[in-house]
Amino acid sequence: MRTVTAALAGLVFGLGLIVSGMVNPAKVLGFLDITGAWDPSLALVMGGAIVVTLPGYRWLQSRGRGLGGVLCQWPPAATVDWRLLAGAALFGAGWGLAGICPGPGVLLVPLAWPAALWFVVPMLAALWITRSVLQRARP
Amino acid sequence: MIDWAAFTPGPALVGGLLVGLGAVLLMALNGRIAGISGILAGTLHGPQQETRWRRAFVLGMLVAVALFLLLAGVEPVDIVPALPESSARLLLAGALVGVGTALGAGCTSGHGVCGLSRLSLRSLLAVVVFMGVAMLVVAVLGRAL
Repeated sequence: MRTVTAALAGLVFGLGLIVSGMVNPAKVLGFLDITGAWDPSLALVMGGAIVVTLPGYRWLQSRGRGLGGVLCQWPPAATVDWRLLAGAALFGAGWGLAGICPGPGVLLVPLAWPAALWFVVPMLAALWITRSVLQRARP
Repeated sequence: MIDWAAFTPGPALVGGLLVGLGAVLLMALNGRIAGISGILAGTLHGPQQETRWRRAFVLGMLVAVALFLLLAGVEPVDIVPALPESSARLLLAGALVGVGTALGAGCTSGHGVCGLSRLSLRSLLAVVVFMGVAMLVVAVLGRAL
């Protein structure tokens, strides 16, 4: 059951990325190009998403549980550290270089096959290697 | 200068609402944050109950592609006309995105959509940094597309 609901959430999420234009790197780069010909569309993507997610999360938090008694795992309150800031900076550099972030990266595998593999394969490799190094370093 | 010809407020807003709905569904039905970098990072190994829903979410995203192409009656090239041409640029960008999102524990979805919706200061800082750096890279190096 959890598998089906996760797939459903992924389906809706993926449709949103496609419909919004977020999956098109040219559109993303147009949004990031604030000193040139700026396309503000993606601000509305993030705004539209938050308009739904903020009240949705509030509702779930006030309920204490998800639907059907699901235990909601909210991220623990963590402090701001160098990892967060360095990680965000590196991610931003990569995002600015190609206009692709992880969600659209997944969708580009079928949409821009096989060229998208030049981005997605190193992304997944770096994600998995960094994650396992960080987990090993944790005391 | 705003590029009004490129501005697509309608699809951007509708798509954004769907992204938000997907995030709320995942929390309501699976109790999890819809952070794509975290979901991808956890698809490879871990306890089966953790890898399974993550793989299902990714599969759902891929089904969305097929469904959209079918319903809208368009070709992939209508949705994504081009990728940046240089494969070296794509490779470097992919590696940076992978390392960065693993180190910073989140991307546009986890920090941008979910974190900001929880009014997390940590996520707000992450968004300001990654968006600022991305805008700087585009301003200095120019657009790949």
